[in-house]
Amino acid sequence: MTKHPEPDGPANHDENRRTFLKQSSLFTALALVPGTVVEAAAAKLDERVADAFEKVPLSLKINGVKHKVTVEPRATLLDFLREQLHLTGTKKGCDYGQCGACTVHVDGQRVNSCLSFAVMHDGQEITTIEGLADGDKLHPMQAAFVKHDGFQCGYCTPGQIMSAVACVREGRAGSEGEIREYMSGNICRCGAYANIVAAIQDVKDGGQKV
Amino acid sequence: MNQFQYVRATKAQAAIDVVAKDPNAKFIAGGTNLVDLMKRGVVTPQKLVDINRLPLAKIETTGTGLRLGALALNSTVANDAQVRAQHPLLALALNAGASPQLRNMATVGGNMLQRTRCTYFYDLTMPCNKRQPGSGCGALEGINRMHAIFGASSTCIAVHPSDMSVALVALDATVLVSGPKGDRRIPFGDFHRLPGDTPEKDTNLEAGELITAVELPASPFTKHVHYQKVRERASYAFALVSAAAALDIDGNNTIKAARLALGGVAHKPWRLTAAEQVLVGKPATEESFRQAATVAMQGAKAFKHNEYKLRLAPNTLVQALKTAAAA
Repeated sequence: MTKHPEPDGPANHDENRRTFLKQSSLFTALALVPGTVVEAAAAKLDERVADAFEKVPLSLKINGVKHKVTVEPRATLLDFLREQLHLTGTKKGCDYGQCGACTVHVDGQRVNSCLSFAVMHDGQEITTIEGLADGDKLHPMQAAFVKHDGFQCGYCTPGQIMSAVACVREGRAGSEGEIREYMSGNICRCGAYANIVAAIQDVKDGGQKV
Repeated sequence: MNQFQYVRATKAQAAIDVVAKDPNAKFIAGGTNLVDLMKRGVVTPQKLVDINRLPLAKIETTGTGLRLGALALNSTVANDAQVRAQHPLLALALNAGASPQLRNMATVGGNMLQRTRCTYFYDLTMPCNKRQPGSGCGALEGINRMHAIFGASSTCIAVHPSDMSVALVALDATVLVSGPKGDRRIPFGDFHRLPGDTPEKDTNLEAGELITAVELPASPFTKHVHYQKVRERASYAFALVSAAAALDIDGNNTIKAARLALGGVAHKPWRLTAAEQVLVGKPATEESFRQAATVAMQGAKAFKHNEYKLRLAPNTLVQALKTAAAA
């Protein structure tokens, strides 16, 4: 197969690891793949069967751009966006669905990207924080967060903004109380909540298209 | 995370066949709890059967009531006009659960199948009979302030975390499942189990059985309903105690029928049929509600750190009833 990776080589570590895994799992893979394919065919399942180290084909649209890629089944949507597509605007906070830093829109609906596997999103359309602005022109919610100082350290901000846009679109920004309830899935440990609420109210009251 | 094989099902029967044959296979829908558990190594399936493409997401009015497809999202159900008109209690309970993002992912079937949030279940370094049968219960003599006051056993004192299920058990829902042996209907109250000596089994589903829908019978509880949830912050937290109350009150303020259930108190959503009976024929007053709450608490037993639930539960129930009556 391929040459042995150098333990301390300058090459891409990911690549080395992958090569190593391919080699070490070769026999397992050979033993498993045909069986599972046959099994899947017998069960009339979709042909997308992935084994241990086999990547699954995936095509989806991200921020308006079509991507045809292959992905390890274990990759969450969050890790796929960050590590494979290098869209690092979406943040990993808790990685367990408790903080909302990883919020993105899937087919227009806000979700926690840390709690689903990328492979489950075949054919869907994802919008991340990188997809909100129109060129150099900030999205109204981004501009409002700047105007109202809706952050301190900024780590939760991409998730807050994605959630805030959804909150307004869902018609759940009618009052401070409603905004707080419908933004409760996004935690800000700096405690910028008052300013985040003000930013959302400003956008909602401004009647701008979000 | 352990490696697993991923297959996407396009036919329910194919998905059932795979999971029925392989004890290490699991269905995945929203993934909000399963992915969490897999990341922590609490659950380690070798095969995931993605059922999201199955045509099971419809919400429809039938001849006898309302049918919720198992894959209908929690947010979709909570916002559905039929649900809000016919079963407003369910919409309230759903919106009290999780966060808007999670409700956009979680499904009806998955919500019912979520695992307990007992910290000993999640902590691989601690004993837990639910996670590892026979290893013991860390909560019994440990920190048990979140734990059960009804129906617990010496092997498990965990509680079921679902809000939606509290409303569904109160509303006499029925669970429709398909399995290797065909289809069957399970009354909602018989769906979840008490821990007994097999706490590893949360429900009475058999191997390979797939929830396809939940049916709600037509109900008079369209106005006087409330879901009262008490938690440690205003939103986005599991219940310490929650109460679902539905009343049918006539023009003389007399209660014709009542449906009551508690959450956060047992291994399953805790229906209160005896307390419901107390209310029938009584005036819709706080005094009646207190009587019902006293009956509701019969048999409750606290552990070292959750004695507060013995007072919080009846108070929450009374509050739910007062709010429902005034609605």
